[in-house]
Amino acid sequence: MGVMLNVNNIEVIYNEVILVLKGMSLEVPEGKIVTLLGANGAGKTTTLKAISGLLKSEEGEVTDGTIEFMGEVINHREAEDIVKSGIFQVMEGRRIFKDLTVTENLLVGAHVRRDRENIKRDMETVFSYFPRLKERHKQVAGYMSGGEQQMLAIGRALMSKPKLMMLDEPSLGLAPLLVKEIFEIVMRINKEEGTTILLVEQNANLALQVADYGYIMEGGRVVLDGECEVLRNNPDVKEFYLGQSEAGKKSFKDVKHYKRRKRWLS
Amino acid sequence: MDFFLQLLVSGIVVGSIYALVALGFVLIYKATGVINFAQGEFLMVGAYVCLALVSQLHIPFWIAFFLTMAVTVVLGMIIERLALRPMIGEPIISIIMLTIGLSSVLKCAVLLVWGPNNRVYPQIFSQVPINLGPIVISQVYIWSVGFAFLFLALFTLFFRYSSYGIAMRAVANDQQAALSMGISVKKIFALAWCIAFLVAGVGGVFLGNINVVNVSLGFFGLKVFPAVILGGLDSIPGAIVGGLIIGILEAMTGGYIDPLVGGGTKEVLPFVVLVIILMVKPYGFFGTEEIEKV
Ligand SMILES: Nc1ncnc2c1ncn2[C@@H]1O[C@H](COP(=O)(O)OP(=O)(O)OP(=O)(O)O)[C@@H](O)[C@H]1O
Ligand SMILES: [Mg+2]
Repeated sequence: MGVMLNVNNIEVIYNEVILVLKGMSLEVPEGKIVTLLGANGAGKTTTLKAISGLLKSEEGEVTDGTIEFMGEVINHREAEDIVKSGIFQVMEGRRIFKDLTVTENLLVGAHVRRDRENIKRDMETVFSYFPRLKERHKQVAGYMSGGEQQMLAIGRALMSKPKLMMLDEPSLGLAPLLVKEIFEIVMRINKEEGTTILLVEQNANLALQVADYGYIMEGGRVVLDGECEVLRNNPDVKEFYLGQSEAGKKSFKDVKHYKRRKRWLS
Repeated sequence: MDFFLQLLVSGIVVGSIYALVALGFVLIYKATGVINFAQGEFLMVGAYVCLALVSQLHIPFWIAFFLTMAVTVVLGMIIERLALRPMIGEPIISIIMLTIGLSSVLKCAVLLVWGPNNRVYPQIFSQVPINLGPIVISQVYIWSVGFAFLFLALFTLFFRYSSYGIAMRAVANDQQAALSMGISVKKIFALAWCIAFLVAGVGGVFLGNINVVNVSLGFFGLKVFPAVILGGLDSIPGAIVGGLIIGILEAMTGGYIDPLVGGGTKEVLPFVVLVIILMVKPYGFFGTEEIEKV
């Protein structure tokens, strides 16, 4: 099958001075799961925001290169048009609408849909992937647990019936068992709905198991890419991404926490 | 007791207009974070536009009323487009200053077109009052309160069930996340200004029918502050309840306390309430104190 998304040598600058992506390229083939790995600050989220058009809301700009989706250049389009054309980014930190109920959150996910008559049915589909959301469909989303909120964030994305779903660190802050459950559902969505998936992860171990192809980023560009099987056995990958000690993971998590709080405030 | 009920009724009538104006105010605050100091002038413009249609162009009142609604929506759109959209991304404080400027501009425009004299609506509602048990209500009061509640109910349903109403609440919650859903945040902002102008304009038409019409109608907007602070700046039900309470309190002090002290308490009381609320319950009675969950 053909290439659905082609990020071609892009450069991204924030606030007109901070150069973050320096010739970033990647390809996502239709129907596959591609993962994008890398350390903190490598530029993974920035890459996703460049694709989804959300960069523009943060004083960021694609200053060089092109992003092509299904054969069309999309890097100058507004975020709303990009969502309409079939790309949906599940943002880092879940970002559910906390004062809205679960059902209302799902309806917002379907905001760009024109076929309003199918929305009820698709909500049932979401509930079949995440039965826990059904039990809580009237609840205000802000009071749900982190895992439920992540399910809601993915369910909300499903409601827009995207061709390409981009997930930014869905495992963040969740217990290992729940992470496994969510990854299994992501794989099912990929198979059963035919949704192409671009998965950004810190949990390289798991990501390389679910994905078909992987890219590893450092300092704003790709340093290594290949079939996930090959990457899993690559000695460098083993050392730097798969062999993290437990203690290392813990301190890393704290850093994330702090960073996210700061972004909330700004 | 009858006197009390009478005061209660007129309090509810005026309070329901406060509620309308407050609804618009809260809507803008929720969606865009802007405190709109021109909300009272929106009401004044509504009163003048409808009056001009009725007494200068001799259009029947109900047609003029619906035309006024259309005009206010268009004015809301124009103001958003020309004054507020270019300010997106600027510091909120600059935008708030801009709304203060906007209130002066609207006041001057009204003075230029219609002059400073008091004007009155021709008699539209029958003068024959209606007796409800012990209380007597003039017909204009009934229409006014009826329409105010109709609009409040319609917009409550709109925010609850319509796709754009839910999208507006989503934008109020998390702008960037709303953007990532494909919601046009700019459109939502424009919609907020249109609705705010519309509800204030409707309030203005009825207030104009109850009182005289002059530029001081704009000061009505100031009463919105105690109402929304009472209800919570970001709560739509709060705006409605807050508006009603302020209306009722005002009528009660006007009826019971003013005669004792020779007048004036009625005007001050809402602001006394405002100060007390800010001291004891800074988020108001319905305002959200952030749900903290990371
Ligand atoms: N809005 C912004 N303005 C300025 N600089 C930014 C902005 N967003 C990100 N950056 C910078 O760009 C770099 C890459 O950030 P990005 O969020 O893309 O990294 P990431 O790979 O997603 O990291 P993490 O794993 O921590 O989420 C960082 O150095 C960050 O400080
Ligand atoms: Mg990131």
